[in-house]
Amino acid sequence: MLIAIDLAMILVKLVLIVIVVMASLLIAMYATYAERKVAAVLQDRRGPNRAGPFGILQPVADGIKLFFKEEIIPNLSSKFLFILGPSMAMLTAIMTSAIVPWGDTIHLFGRDISLQIADVNVGILYVFAVVSMGVYGIMIGSWASNNKYSLMGGLRAASQIISYELAMGITIISLLMVTGTLSLKEMVIQQQQGAWNVFYQPLGFLLFLICAFAECNRTPFDLSEAENELIGGYHTEYSSMKLGFYLFSEYINMFISSVIMSTLFFGGYDVLPFVDESAWGLSQNWMAIIGLAALMIKVVCFLFLFMWVRWTIPRFRYDQLMNLGWRILIPLALLNMLVTGLVVLLKMNHWHF
Amino acid sequence: MQALTNRAKLVERKPMNLLERLYLPAVFKGMTITFGHMFKKRPTINYPEKKRPFSPVFRGLHILNRDEEGRENCTACGLCAVACPAEAITMEAAERVPGEEQLYHEEKYAAKYEINMLRCIFCGLCEDACPKDAIYLSETFAPADYQRSQFVYKKEELLIPHPIHEPDAYKKALGNRVQRGKVNQ
Amino acid sequence: MGITQILFWFLTVLALASAIVVVTAKSPVYSILALIVTFFSISGHYILMNAQFLAIVNIIVYAGAIMVLFLFVVMLMNLNAASEPSKNRILQFIGLISGGCLFLVILAAFMRSDLANSMVQMNEGNAGLIKNLGKALFNDYVIPFEISSVLFLSAMIGAVLIGKKE
Repeated sequence: MLIAIDLAMILVKLVLIVIVVMASLLIAMYATYAERKVAAVLQDRRGPNRAGPFGILQPVADGIKLFFKEEIIPNLSSKFLFILGPSMAMLTAIMTSAIVPWGDTIHLFGRDISLQIADVNVGILYVFAVVSMGVYGIMIGSWASNNKYSLMGGLRAASQIISYELAMGITIISLLMVTGTLSLKEMVIQQQQGAWNVFYQPLGFLLFLICAFAECNRTPFDLSEAENELIGGYHTEYSSMKLGFYLFSEYINMFISSVIMSTLFFGGYDVLPFVDESAWGLSQNWMAIIGLAALMIKVVCFLFLFMWVRWTIPRFRYDQLMNLGWRILIPLALLNMLVTGLVVLLKMNHWHF
Repeated sequence: MQALTNRAKLVERKPMNLLERLYLPAVFKGMTITFGHMFKKRPTINYPEKKRPFSPVFRGLHILNRDEEGRENCTACGLCAVACPAEAITMEAAERVPGEEQLYHEEKYAAKYEINMLRCIFCGLCEDACPKDAIYLSETFAPADYQRSQFVYKKEELLIPHPIHEPDAYKKALGNRVQRGKVNQ
Repeated sequence: MGITQILFWFLTVLALASAIVVVTAKSPVYSILALIVTFFSISGHYILMNAQFLAIVNIIVYAGAIMVLFLFVVMLMNLNAASEPSKNRILQFIGLISGGCLFLVILAAFMRSDLANSMVQMNEGNAGLIKNLGKALFNDYVIPFEISSVLFLSAMIGAVLIGKKE
């Protein structure tokens, strides 16, 4: 029984997992570089351009620097939790990538290989669960630091993520009413055949985008690491690669949420909306690669949006943040859900009641 | 109160309306502004590869000049020390002995010549005061150092390279200053 | 022993061990973290019974939201092992008795049920899948479901009333 597993399947999945994790790390690495470059460009500066041509080796240099920094663990902290914090932040950041359909199936070595690690039938809820676990990394780390500024940052992060998760959940409900499935793969297939979900759910997309900013702790919602109020926020006491993990997990979160948004609202690996790609007459493998490239282009656009917003908008005040979340986003999301429900109901009854 | 200009505007503190509370119009406005900056010309230059030209009136580190044969111009008359408002210059004079004619331009020369670069305000009055065109301000910055004592520049550090023995270094140190020196005279 | 059975025993041991840690841990933060581990292993059990929706909702609601609030409160109050209030002996005894009774009832109920022999239902049971669950909720149990939603609504309004100034 134990051996009766498709070994080749496990091998394929393992390779896929390694590729996806490595690619996520690489993209996150270069997202740090891109962030500095975009910031420079938006502020009429030049940005990093010393390490390698155009500063392309800058993230490597940063990584090496972080590795060789001294590891400091506060005396009065709980050492286990202090290390657990950044590890959990990193773990939850990477875990989401498991259910993302990166592309269509490719045909390799006589097998059909799906470019998706796991097609779970509760797909989007899994994303949601992992995202809600993401707050533990910050909370545990901030508490274990035994520093009041860290703790304040952690508490801010927790309350912010819980608040914005509600609006996000309601937005997803209205999206689910349109698609009728939880599986990300099926959603992409639906969008390939019909229109992208953003055309059905424009308001939902906007709300989801705002909530994604808040969940990633990005400006304008980066209150948990507000430098001018809380020193460094939840990672005040961290140094060396543990700090690197926290900083890195933010970029992985950004990357993954860009992927999720592209998949949910912009057709995932669908190349163009309203176009039947199968009429192009390309082979299955080529279509999968083009699809992957299309997904990556969308992701890069989203990443740019994340950075663009970060270097444009100042940070919200805490009461403004809570007001926005509870008094504006949640009512709007509820309204969106009601209207969507009404339209879906009418459509199911063929527009006459 | 009488307004000084008529540009003063009263700050409105009315509560925000729904559209403003959504923050979106303001956000988009800001984002178009930052996007526009992507296509603006960058004022920064890549410094070590590309250097901005000095302005013709730039006043940098001091240099003690030599004449065409490589003899020191300075006669230790002390006019520069008197002219210096920051009292950064000290010197000691000595008499030229026979056999040193190729070293010093005149019979008297500066045995010791020190400028304290921490006191110096780079005003250039020493250059104006000098009757022998012996001191002038070059086109280099005073480099950083770890010790205060290192900022007291000795005569050896101030002297321009020898024009015959090291003509390249001499030209480099001279810079575009010759013209200005002539204009001053 | 199949791989699912190994998983079952692993999750069972994990759940029980972490549940014991919840009770015995000196620091409240550690007990909350142990409780989170318990929830995760229970979610693993749900997945073994092919109830993926239940598993995920368990993680989202309990591990993701309620436990965060628990942790929040504990961290804010900065509870230490030293400041633990001394408990009444009689209260402890009563707690033990009532908890034990509850445990016995649950144990008896499970022993009698026909699920007792099938601990793992990988890929067979489909009651926990979201489609079937939704249909059951909105067809067979629509009235209790709606009533419970009204209950939640009243709780929400109560919370708003308490939270409002004056």
